[in-house]
Amino acid sequence: MSMFNVFQIAGSALTAQSVRLNATSSNLANADSVVSADGQPYRAKQVVFTASPVAGQEAVGVQVRQVVEDASPPRMAYEPKNPLANEQGYVSLPNVNVVEEMVNMISASRAYQVNVEMMNNAKQLILKTLAIGQ
Amino acid sequence: MADKPIDPLRFHQTALNVQAYRQQVLASNIANADTPNYKARDIDFQSALHNALGAKSGSVALARTAARHLPAAASSPFATAVQYRGEQQSSVDGNTVNSDVERAQFAENSVRYEASLTFIGGYLRALNTAITGQ
Repeated sequence: MSMFNVFQIAGSALTAQSVRLNATSSNLANADSVVSADGQPYRAKQVVFTASPVAGQEAVGVQVRQVVEDASPPRMAYEPKNPLANEQGYVSLPNVNVVEEMVNMISASRAYQVNVEMMNNAKQLILKTLAIGQ
Repeated sequence: MADKPIDPLRFHQTALNVQAYRQQVLASNIANADTPNYKARDIDFQSALHNALGAKSGSVALARTAARHLPAAASSPFATAVQYRGEQQSSVDGNTVNSDVERAQFAENSVRYEASLTFIGGYLRALNTAITGQ
């Protein structure tokens, strides 16, 4: 029954949006991490979505295709007293754009909410369908 | 005369199937609101219902007379009614989903689905009254 596919579609979207929320929160948490595991400043991570069929061709869910690192150059701050400063006195800071990440966070959580609502709606309709003739 | 009382039931059952199918297509659109290059789709309800009412029962599948024939998935009878939605406002990533439109259509389709359920329930109650004569 195709109404049940709504659960799978919304479920895949919930997973994808929560991965996006995870990436956003790690970006925000590391907005000032001058050194990451590889010795370089932290690079912002962005999630790329792709549509993936869940059942048949028409029910299309979402999947995280890859997590890419933001290629933009690191932010440079003039801090001559910092031990990590270069010869000119500049420190490379992560290329996290905090405003962009906040917008990303709001967008992801709204999308999550919409998908939860969609699931509730499908559940109600299925329960009403079960009550036919009673 | 024998099959007369079943006709309205069959009509509403087909309508329910089309609406459940449409609900899943709309759910795919909402789930993929942030997927790059995803194109929003919808079905033409009138022609889908018309085709489904006129179609013979049972799904259409290709016969395989040799072992090396490729299996053709038995597609849903409504699959031919799926069309891409006209674009209202283009976005940079090639996505054509308009969240507001999709959510409005989703809500509208739920109401129509519930209306069909009510019609079926009412018809069954009427039949019951006729049978018991009370």
